[in-house]
Amino acid sequence: MTGSPVSGNRAFVLAGRIGLGLGSLAITILGLLLITFLISRVVPIDPVLSIVGERATEAQIAAVRAKLGLDLPMWQQFLIYVRDALTGDLGTSIRTGEPVAAEIARYFPATLELATLGTIFGTLVGVPAGVLAATRPGSLADQVVRVIGLMGYSMPVFWLGLIGLLVFYGQLDWVSGPGRLDPTYDMMMQFTLTPYTGMILIDSALNGAWDVFGNAVSHIILPAGLLGYVSMAYISRMTRSFMMNELGQEYITTARVKGMPEWRVVWVHAMKNALVPLITVITLSYAYLLEGSVLTETIFAWPGLGSYITDALFAADMPAVLGGTVVVGAVFITLNMASDLLYRLVDPRARA
Amino acid sequence: MTLLDVRNLRVTFQTETGPVQAVRGVSFSLGRERLGIVGESGSGKTITGRAVLRLIRPPGRVEADAMVFDGQDLLHATDREMRALRGKRIGMVMQDPKYSLNPVMTVGRQLTEGLRLRDGLGRADAGAKARAALEAVQIRDPDRVMDAYPHELSGGMGQRVMIAMMLIPEPDLLIADEPTSALDVTVQAEVLSILDALVRDRGMGLIFISHDLRLVARFCDRVLVMYKGRIVEEIAARDLMAARHPYTQGLLNCLPRIGGPRTPLPGLDRSGAWASGGAP
Repeated sequence: MTGSPVSGNRAFVLAGRIGLGLGSLAITILGLLLITFLISRVVPIDPVLSIVGERATEAQIAAVRAKLGLDLPMWQQFLIYVRDALTGDLGTSIRTGEPVAAEIARYFPATLELATLGTIFGTLVGVPAGVLAATRPGSLADQVVRVIGLMGYSMPVFWLGLIGLLVFYGQLDWVSGPGRLDPTYDMMMQFTLTPYTGMILIDSALNGAWDVFGNAVSHIILPAGLLGYVSMAYISRMTRSFMMNELGQEYITTARVKGMPEWRVVWVHAMKNALVPLITVITLSYAYLLEGSVLTETIFAWPGLGSYITDALFAADMPAVLGGTVVVGAVFITLNMASDLLYRLVDPRARA
Repeated sequence: MTLLDVRNLRVTFQTETGPVQAVRGVSFSLGRERLGIVGESGSGKTITGRAVLRLIRPPGRVEADAMVFDGQDLLHATDREMRALRGKRIGMVMQDPKYSLNPVMTVGRQLTEGLRLRDGLGRADAGAKARAALEAVQIRDPDRVMDAYPHELSGGMGQRVMIAMMLIPEPDLLIADEPTSALDVTVQAEVLSILDALVRDRGMGLIFISHDLRLVARFCDRVLVMYKGRIVEEIAARDLMAARHPYTQGLLNCLPRIGGPRTPLPGLDRSGAWASGGAP
């Protein structure tokens, strides 16, 4: 037989993998910064002009140019940009004059909250639905899951959002309307409660302000449900196909020959294997939601990253747009890396 | 004493071009003896083995006049009754351990899950039984193998694990479906002799499915030769050389012999009426 590495060796290999992963993480982030830097230098928006205005004198323009460091050679500008970005300085918003990093720190938790809840919905419903469809292919349950999934794929999100608001807020009055909180609770949140994370659900719970929490839930449930529906459509489809593939494998027959009950065959033997590709699917769909779904955030007046970048774009506020881009890119890279690590934890073949 | 009695077994699969009968009217019975089933690919030998364990999933359909294991009607057993039979009283070793072992579970977990789930054994007791089973298939370092994942084992090692797993509950009948076809020639003999010794010692019934007629003849008391879903000849292993059916003779003659005359090997002559798959 081939030698199986002893467990100490395995830990060593895993540590090496993590080190290698961190190295490639650094390189990827450097590449990301290089791209945003280059974009900022080629867009036809002159940062100097947008600060001093059209009637500035030559001397004023030169002074601002020097202050922004734009008179330095390109490579030096890039190094300064990288140093600033790594120390959390993403520049100053032209629109508001505030540091971009501080603004994003205010907007991003709203998106994080929404995307996390949406992904939890999507996974909790999508995975069992996909398994149900895979274990009974062609059955009524399979057809229902297929149709519901297809609707999630093909209906425009803004339309579903509007209909959702019309029905559940306008007609039935089961949920609250756009925004993260009612104005009264918003004031309470801002002036009387300690902000820990910027995520209202978590902060209000930590403060024990359950009335605020309840109001936040009634606001977030519709947009989170909507995003959850869209990711559920994708996750259930993928789960079905991964599970169908695994259930046709010979080791499933082995488990049945051993007399294992069907729930164990499906949820332990097949699921452990289907989980390997499923982890990638779920993290990718999470990353996609974390980019801030512009349409959903617009319809629900949700002050998240998507709205922030869109508003910045319309105002030609390049530092804000690029700062947002860097954050989105960093989130994507981090999640990719997390999925890579999880993948290795689940699949022993990827560890060696 | 009859362990397994199968009368007129038929297995049908629905395909896009209509129903296809993979097994059409197979009958045999088996005591605590070794029965070989031989035939070319697609002859229905594997499906016959799986039908006995009721592993044919819909839309495949299994019909028979009777299928009785030790007094229990397999055709009408509930799923719960079937689960109690599988593993516990009937085991099956499949062709390739690369696919028949779960790739993301350690060998130890796969060996002990039956003991722990079904028999309610504790971790230590189940582990001890599993290690003993690994030693019985001549694995010298059971502790290391218990902690290993299937991809860390060689084919021969994997197949021994598979045999150990199926023999842990001490079944009365073992179905071995081409248990050595995926292995290197050098380890085939080793795995076979381990299987042979265990089956002999424990006095269980064996159904040995293979395409290799000579191999089967060496390990079995009786041989069924299948062609196109039917049994074309049933013969005692020692009488194999006196086989009368042209298909059996063809299977015997298509292998070269070391030191034999170097004449071209004859192809299978399918000109007889039997080749169309009609009644034998």
